[in-house]
Amino acid sequence: MTASLSREDVSAVAVLARLQLSPEEVDVFTSQLGQILEYVDILNEVDTTDIEPLAHPIPVTNVFRDDIVTPSLPREAALSNAPNTDGKYFFVPQILEEQ
Amino acid sequence: MSLTDATVTTLLAKLQSGETSSTEVTEACLARIDSQDTDVGAFLHVDREGALLRATQVDEKRKNGEPIGPLAGLPVAVKDVVCTTGMPTTCASRMLETFQPPYDAGATERLLAADAVIVGKTNLDEFAMGSSNENSAYHVTRNPWDLTRSPGGSSGGSAAAVAAQMVPLSIGSDTGGSIRQPAAFCGVVGLKPTYGRVSRYGLVAYASSLDQIGPFATDVTGVATLLEVLAGYDQRDSTCIDADVPKYRETVDKPIDGLRIGVVPEHFEEGLHPDVNKAIRNALDVYKAAGASIVDIELPHSKYVVAVYYLVAPSEASGNLARYDGVHYGYRAEEAQNLIPMYSASRGQGFGDEVKRRIMLGTYALSSGYYDAYYLKALKVRRLIRQDFDTAFADVDVIASPVAPTPAFKLGELIDNPLEMYLSDIYTLGANLAGIPGISIPAGLSDDGLPIGLQLLARPFEEERLLRAARMFESATDWHTKRAVLNHD
Repeated sequence: MTASLSREDVSAVAVLARLQLSPEEVDVFTSQLGQILEYVDILNEVDTTDIEPLAHPIPVTNVFRDDIVTPSLPREAALSNAPNTDGKYFFVPQILEEQ
Repeated sequence: MSLTDATVTTLLAKLQSGETSSTEVTEACLARIDSQDTDVGAFLHVDREGALLRATQVDEKRKNGEPIGPLAGLPVAVKDVVCTTGMPTTCASRMLETFQPPYDAGATERLLAADAVIVGKTNLDEFAMGSSNENSAYHVTRNPWDLTRSPGGSSGGSAAAVAAQMVPLSIGSDTGGSIRQPAAFCGVVGLKPTYGRVSRYGLVAYASSLDQIGPFATDVTGVATLLEVLAGYDQRDSTCIDADVPKYRETVDKPIDGLRIGVVPEHFEEGLHPDVNKAIRNALDVYKAAGASIVDIELPHSKYVVAVYYLVAPSEASGNLARYDGVHYGYRAEEAQNLIPMYSASRGQGFGDEVKRRIMLGTYALSSGYYDAYYLKALKVRRLIRQDFDTAFADVDVIASPVAPTPAFKLGELIDNPLEMYLSDIYTLGANLAGIPGISIPAGLSDDGLPIGLQLLARPFEEERLLRAARMFESATDWHTKRAVLNHD
């Protein structure tokens, strides 16, 4: 399943992951991630026909609780770690380009 | 014997009889941190005033005859990935350098409700990703037994703090061995509970289907005492299981008649350090002498655990760590003019190498065209790994193995080779993938004088059996009484 990993692949994944990487980091990750992916290819030895994936080791379904109104985190506490806030909102840089 | 030498059981007895006070014990721990932690580096934050104030309050409660909790007055250190109000929670990351949690984790609440004294937050691999503690963005933690060696990871600070006798108890988290491997490297006892046994509410998420909080102490009874406090239902963690919590501390001294111990012969083959091999075989002889039977078992898919884990855990991490966006909390790169470049720059600057590596690996494994081949394939093999354990446990009560292939490795030895570092987790990952409990107990010293850990695994929710089996070994040996000798002793 692995073609060898290219620098372009790594750069494309970095965009998906929203990670700004330096050219040196792209080089190092291309080699290291390539090695790891090559290693995990041993899973292809295992016949998994008709095997259901196991996402959680102790399956729990439909956990219900009583619908009781409880206090939420106060606004001040919720905003207390924000990098930029006016005390009411989280401030972010511009989202839309200028016309 | 000084207060910092004493076991949890001894300290609780001394506190109860009035022979000492929480203030005295806490002061002794703080003094020990002062004298030893410049060398060891176990702590990221020490809350001196808060701890002493709380110790006074617990002493006052006891003096007034008020009801007090099962850990009343005992100092505890908390891995800095568990939320604590009034203290930072950095996850050893630049990303959360200034983060002050607005709420306590479920585990923190339970410690406080048990009247424990939280003395500070311990060092770890950034976001609990690593096996050596070298991935901390702040400083390295050194193994108290040999300061040139790793204490293990990712809960290396919590293990080293107990090993260096700075605290009698600590808590860590274990996603792929992060409690058991540092316990083994530092010569203390560490337990990873069944998935769902302890609330993950307020535990900063790394890999949500694998993460579990658990206790460290110098002996099995100490671990049983702390587990009894930590375990139990919390509706704020939807994967936490509503099951009765046995009285671990009351039953821990009861040996198990006719204990059947499963051993996988392949675990003793290539790659296992001869001193570890010898220590584990000696441990099995100790069990035989105590009346246990040793049974060869098969875990046919155990050779795949590293590959499965390093697909599943990074995939979950890539989703969990998406929350660090420079908006709600955490580091923000100020130079970016637009939103998306701000996300990417903040994450690129705020995360360290190992975190980036795992986010990249997980993003790749989950990306279009690779999801089936990597992530889904890994989950299918994960089921086979779980089935292997179910089959094995039909014939045995516990499974014994090494914790790690070698004693503590040198700082710097594996850090530039991620795959080699991952392969060192071979014995511990299976328990997380299968969700079963595991314990590491001191079982010998290498020729170089480094601790060696014995791992025992049990069926889901059989911590009681695990602790009793571990205590059988401990009560027949004195490895758990060996302590690191530090420069300033």
